[in-house]
Amino acid sequence: MKQSTFKEEQKVTTASNLENMEKQAALDIFSQMLLIRRFEEEAERLYRKGLVRGFLHTYIGEEAIAVGAIPPLREDDYVISHYRDHGHALARGIDPKAAMAELCGKSTGCSGGKGGSMHLFDIEKHFMGGHAIVGGQLPLAIGIALGLKLKHLDSVVMCFFGDGAVSEGEFHEAMNIASLWKLPVVFMLENNLYGMGTDVNRSRAGGSSIYGAAEPYKIPAVQIDGMDVMAVRETVNEGVAKVREGQGPVFIESMAYRFHGHSMADPSNYRDNEEVQENRTRDPIDKFRDVCIETGKVDGNDIALIAEQIDILVQEAREFAEQSPEPTAEDLYTHIYAEPEGN
Amino acid sequence: MAEMLLRDAMAKALREALDEDDRSFLMGEDIGAYGGAYAVTKGFLEKYGEERVRDTPISESVFVGAGIGSAMIGMRPIVEVMTINFTLVAMDQIINHAAKLSYMSNGQLQVPLIIRTVTGGGAQLAATHSQSFENWYASVPGLRVVVPATPYDALGMFRSCRKDNNPIIFAEHALLYRVKGEVPEEYYEVPLGKARIAKPGTDVTLVAYSGMVRVAEEAAAKLEEDNISSEVIDLRCLSPLDLDTVIESVKKTNRVAIVEETWKTGGFSGTIASDIQEAAFDYLDGPIIRINGPDVPAPYARNIEQLMIPSSNWIVESVKYNFGL
Repeated sequence: MKQSTFKEEQKVTTASNLENMEKQAALDIFSQMLLIRRFEEEAERLYRKGLVRGFLHTYIGEEAIAVGAIPPLREDDYVISHYRDHGHALARGIDPKAAMAELCGKSTGCSGGKGGSMHLFDIEKHFMGGHAIVGGQLPLAIGIALGLKLKHLDSVVMCFFGDGAVSEGEFHEAMNIASLWKLPVVFMLENNLYGMGTDVNRSRAGGSSIYGAAEPYKIPAVQIDGMDVMAVRETVNEGVAKVREGQGPVFIESMAYRFHGHSMADPSNYRDNEEVQENRTRDPIDKFRDVCIETGKVDGNDIALIAEQIDILVQEAREFAEQSPEPTAEDLYTHIYAEPEGN
Repeated sequence: MAEMLLRDAMAKALREALDEDDRSFLMGEDIGAYGGAYAVTKGFLEKYGEERVRDTPISESVFVGAGIGSAMIGMRPIVEVMTINFTLVAMDQIINHAAKLSYMSNGQLQVPLIIRTVTGGGAQLAATHSQSFENWYASVPGLRVVVPATPYDALGMFRSCRKDNNPIIFAEHALLYRVKGEVPEEYYEVPLGKARIAKPGTDVTLVAYSGMVRVAEEAAAKLEEDNISSEVIDLRCLSPLDLDTVIESVKKTNRVAIVEETWKTGGFSGTIASDIQEAAFDYLDGPIIRINGPDVPAPYARNIEQLMIPSSNWIVESVKYNFGL
């Protein structure tokens, strides 16, 4: 793919995008997005019941980005994320039971109950963590990519971050080094227009459109509709191919909107209800479902069946989390330090 | 046994890492073409090439983080931060990431990262370039803090660090690079978390680390002239800390002074003093003395800079005055 194409093309899902897609593949995409949506809704319910504590940041409204971007990756690729990480973890194939148990602080959680919502890990699946210091995962992604390069592997690192992270110095340092050393990084910016409660236009001199920030670092960049799962998928496939060839990083800005507050503690007073409602009409799951049905790719029964299956999965995750044991007092003291090599 | 500068012992330690382990590489500011700000890696770029001796942009946070990230997938990076003062720019990566990943991932991740850095004052580099923050890092669970005082220990402990799977702050005192010491040609290791009795004695225990060890040894020699026998303990590591060796010594001498280059407020000497009185209160014949730099930023002018760094005379006077010796 030419750099100019990557920079200029605006992708939109139309029926034609689905023409060559198998029915099952379309259903998988729908199913993965719906799993995230229902998982997050259940997590919010559990938070209100007091079973999930701490900070809970849900991904509702942004599902198309994780589902468009992560499943096309190879098993030997890596994913690293920020604190709004449930969607990325589920899209990477983390068991919803282990994720829900982690949210509930149970020893069966994917981080043993020590990480919580913001710090999901599954290293076997190459899900290298949710990281909760804004921008902090960017240097780690650089390091994973450097390690891959030194090992002469053709895997790539997909690094998710939000518009807030762009104000951190580490963002610019990371972009510079990634480009300078031609590291295999896909910079996945999820621009949901607010860094917590601050409108990106009030925090960024360059305005709300960010992909141009990659240009000084000579990184090919594109801005896409992050609520359009097929647009994300196609762009990521092109971008990943480019990175895998050893041409260095690419930058993908997915324009998005989170339907709920920053966290459960946030009543969203800084944005108009009208704005929220207007964005809800762009619901990525409804949109994809409608295109699928329009094309005759799937029908209402397929959709209903998936919805039913997802509800069961999420209820099983909730039951597993509720019934799992808490960590023991001994667990407080484990894994502070690693065992010596060879042990 | 050959005599070697601490600088050369470190160079030997780094060459071993690169020769013996293809997962290891060096990364940092001016370590390659320039040869290292303190000349430890002189000639390395020519020998090992720019893939394994990586000059970085002046982006401490990202190149330290890059060390962490590469360690997360099984590399064994050795990152050099030019001075410990500059590690402050990377502190988020060190404390919020390197030190936490094993714990937060419930042991799924390891971060076998050695961060080499240069600590200490006394070279007229003024307030921003003369600090010692080993004590800060030692207060963070998940980090190891290694503070060699001799060429022998620098090489021997570095070898142990290479076998450890944790993030390590390896702090080399700037004024020790030109200190000579015996280093055997045959292979040896110095374990982490085992203090060294630098000089045995019976009347008072002097606890020190890094650049303060030789100052304490000088003080011990001066006290010897007045028939006061000092036992000098070199902690070698602040984390893990070998308190047992300190306690054993205090039980024998019944008097202890802790010497530390950094500020008294928040100094690691406070932690050690507290640990000693908890473990050996009944053995103490007097107060535990903390000899730290005063709570002032380091000045440039030589005469007043020297007033803020504990000296052997300062130790001697303090021991005599406080213990009535």
